[in-house]
Amino acid sequence: MLRLENVWKVFDQGTINQKVALKGIDLNIKEGEFVTVIGGNGAGKSTLLNAVAGTWPVTRGRIYIDGKDVTGLPDYKRASLIGRVFQDPMLGTASEMQLEENLALAFRRGKKRGLGWGVTNDERKIFRERLAALGLGLEDRLTAQIGTLSGGQRQAVTLLMASLNAPKLLLLDEHTAALDPATAAKVLEISDSIVSREKLTCLMITHNMTDAINLGNRLIMMNEGNIVVDISGDEKKQLTKNDLLQKFADVAGVQEETDSVLLS
Amino acid sequence: MSVIDYFYSLDPAKLLKNLPGGIAQGILWGLMALGVYITFRLIKVSDLTVEGSFATGGAVTVVLITGGGPAWLRAIFGASSEQFPTWAALLIAFFVGVLCGLVTGMLHSYLGIPAILAGILTQLALFSVNLHIMDMSSNIPVSVDKYPLYVSGSYVLRSIPVAAVITAAIIGILYWYFGTEQGSAIRSTGNNPVMSSAQGIDIEKMKMIGFAISNGIVALAGGLVAQYQGFADVNMGRGASVIGLAAVIIGDVASRAIFKGHINFAVKMAFVILGGIVYYAVVILVLWMKLNTNDLKLFTALIVALFLGIPYLQSKKRESFASAAKGGSGNAET
Repeated sequence: MLRLENVWKVFDQGTINQKVALKGIDLNIKEGEFVTVIGGNGAGKSTLLNAVAGTWPVTRGRIYIDGKDVTGLPDYKRASLIGRVFQDPMLGTASEMQLEENLALAFRRGKKRGLGWGVTNDERKIFRERLAALGLGLEDRLTAQIGTLSGGQRQAVTLLMASLNAPKLLLLDEHTAALDPATAAKVLEISDSIVSREKLTCLMITHNMTDAINLGNRLIMMNEGNIVVDISGDEKKQLTKNDLLQKFADVAGVQEETDSVLLS
Repeated sequence: MSVIDYFYSLDPAKLLKNLPGGIAQGILWGLMALGVYITFRLIKVSDLTVEGSFATGGAVTVVLITGGGPAWLRAIFGASSEQFPTWAALLIAFFVGVLCGLVTGMLHSYLGIPAILAGILTQLALFSVNLHIMDMSSNIPVSVDKYPLYVSGSYVLRSIPVAAVITAAIIGILYWYFGTEQGSAIRSTGNNPVMSSAQGIDIEKMKMIGFAISNGIVALAGGLVAQYQGFADVNMGRGASVIGLAAVIIGDVASRAIFKGHINFAVKMAFVILGGIVYYAVVILVLWMKLNTNDLKLFTALIVALFLGIPYLQSKKRESFASAAKGGSGNAET
């Protein structure tokens, strides 16, 4: 479903601030795989996700989504294939617009936007059902301004928007990091249920090792722009936090402070 | 002259007599402010193109009405050089305004020039363009006695309903448009460009459309104002962006004072027009009080600066280093 071939990303090339953030990533994610991505600060997790999303062009390499070469496409032209949820709950929704307007914008992702009504009654019916499934009572607040919703509610709405028309790929970029623990747990639960119900292929960055172990069916660990650990299947199911710490220590060559690096 | 003499010299009847003219001008400038509203409130950039495109609209309209413009253009509308239909002149003014907006949009999107600077560049260029349109004269009169103008300062009471109907029609069209898929995409682009891109919206294109529609309306308003004042002038757009902002802000404050909570988009636009009317009522008042009209732009700038600054000062009041130094506001528990 997602294939990266020798993907490099160099920031500020040729300047004193030059930084090689991705060093020839090769990655092949099959349909229906739920991959958690873990790694320290500056490991290249977000860079990987942004490369896939098309935030900027990669320096070298090719990216395929669902067999289609998207290397040359900017983010808005890849949007029909991708649903995204950001770390900042404010980023995923338009605060001054109504809940139903936000959902309708997402519902038309990848379609031509003409002079038809922005929100139709048929869509309202669909939105109400999908909102009810979140269990947050939002189905009765279709015309509420998004800005009046809490951070957790907004993140749940963003998740719904990202998954609304079954994207080929769902990208979650530490989407619970800015929430309080209880809300984060709730949003994570919603993410998990949406991914499994819609059978989505998903790439989720997290700083939380426990989440990385408990969720999904494949785990990759990044370090200094490389994928250093790639675990799936039964091995992933039996994985413990200590295994993970040990693996990180092995590849990174540091024995101390690994915990703090991983959890930072 | 003593203060008492000054007050004796003020004639309330004269104020009443001048008020309808203020209302008519307020509606027309309010229409212009509607264009400013689209860029300032929906796309969230300050577009200074309007200072030029307003005069362009006036120039195009008056030149067409008085001279019919180039032969090929007359042929399209089947008009003679003496009788170019007023509606067609305004329609063309609108589309020329759209072009002005597109120029700013392209400078901004394709050349990466900040929106404000892009607008300033277009506005500067338009000064020359407008002189060319007016065949190198800085002022062209258009007489209501000779041409079928829609609005005129000579017939104020007839002009008010005409201006109101045209403005209401524009509000209706904008209300429809910004409710469509494309209009929603423009609004979301201004509100949250990151999210809009992620939803597959070409945000540069949406900004461009926004600039175009905004300046189209501004040019249309310029065409109407030129008719009302009986001439097109190359300087008639000077200060238009600030007057537009004033109308938008006055409308904002008034609508929030009257309605609590969510305000319908059409109502918001109607309040922009009301803002224009209030602005011109104040202008009439200032003139009536025999203040120097040359100071008008100074007052306008002061008022707009004040209203733009108030939200900032309010937020500073809630949380500031000065109050922290005094031991905080004392309600940390809430």
